[in-house]
Amino acid sequence: MDYVDGNMLAGPLQEVFAVDLTTATGRCASCGQTGPVAALRVYSNAPGVVARCPSCTEVMLRLVRTPNSAWLDLRGATFLQIPMPAESFTTPGPVTM
Amino acid sequence: MARTAIPGRLTKRAGWWVARLVERREETATACTLVLEVPDWPGHLPGQHVDLRLTAEDGYQAARSYSVSAPADGERIEVTVQRVPDGEVSPYLIEGLSVGDQIEVRGPVGGYFIWRMTEPAPVLLVGGGSGIAPLMAMIRARRAAGSRVPFRLIYSVRSERDIYFADELRRRVRDDQGLDVAYVYTREVPESSPARAHRIAVADLNTHGWPPQLEPTNFVCGPTGFVEAVSDILVALGHEPRRVKTERFGPTGA
Repeated sequence: MDYVDGNMLAGPLQEVFAVDLTTATGRCASCGQTGPVAALRVYSNAPGVVARCPSCTEVMLRLVRTPNSAWLDLRGATFLQIPMPAESFTTPGPVTM
Repeated sequence: MARTAIPGRLTKRAGWWVARLVERREETATACTLVLEVPDWPGHLPGQHVDLRLTAEDGYQAARSYSVSAPADGERIEVTVQRVPDGEVSPYLIEGLSVGDQIEVRGPVGGYFIWRMTEPAPVLLVGGGSGIAPLMAMIRARRAAGSRVPFRLIYSVRSERDIYFADELRRRVRDDQGLDVAYVYTREVPESSPARAHRIAVADLNTHGWPPQLEPTNFVCGPTGFVEAVSDILVALGHEPRRVKTERFGPTGA
């Protein structure tokens, strides 16, 4: 079974998310390894795309695109940490100056 | 009016666009560069890729990712495609697509395997076979921007005949100050070279890479086995894993 890497997820995930998720750091729910989504092992000849942990090979992400929806299963990842541009936080409530 | 991407910002453009093939250039016996004209192309960063999608008459669709191998020229982008034996998409791109034909493009995409010109760190590029494509985009972008960041390229190929962009690389080593190129031949060594045919190993990366103390950025691209071997060696030599950026292509042989 041949695989490519998480870089190829950029296109399919861009349809769903406003940020590039390939630069996100993910933690494998199975072995606890953290690393960039771009480094996952991606098998794209399953129905949809399956991304596995490069360390323990458990599935971390599944993405299936149907004509009218995208199914995203992230149960194999405990978190995704997404780099964001610095932004001034807006606090809820009235602004006191 | 051509617009260029704001450096350091990723251009966000979802969905598929219809592009047109405007030129085709042979790189080797099994690879060629396709020049595509994409309407309203927003520009891209060196290392980003595009997804190309083909639709058969019965509605069957196949999409593949290809690295963009040159900086954008207005609405024109270049992808370099290696023919994968029994491939579903690459043989058609190389033989079936004629100048003037249309193809769907999604992109630019990818924010990980990218060289940012604002980064002062020296750069090591390690390419196996068709893995040179995104690295060439970085080399060309560096020159176009007049960057002085030192670049080293280690390029692993089966034989001299398999070198993509051979003339251009020779010229750039001479003219682009601060670019060095070393070749590793895995099957057949040119007569002028004292080396033996071998797969890339510790000595190649140690001699032609940067010492880890300089904290270079290492970009490794090629077939899966090649990328894993090279990135393991770089980490063993003392490079921080996060400074070893990888992009694995399908099986192309390097």
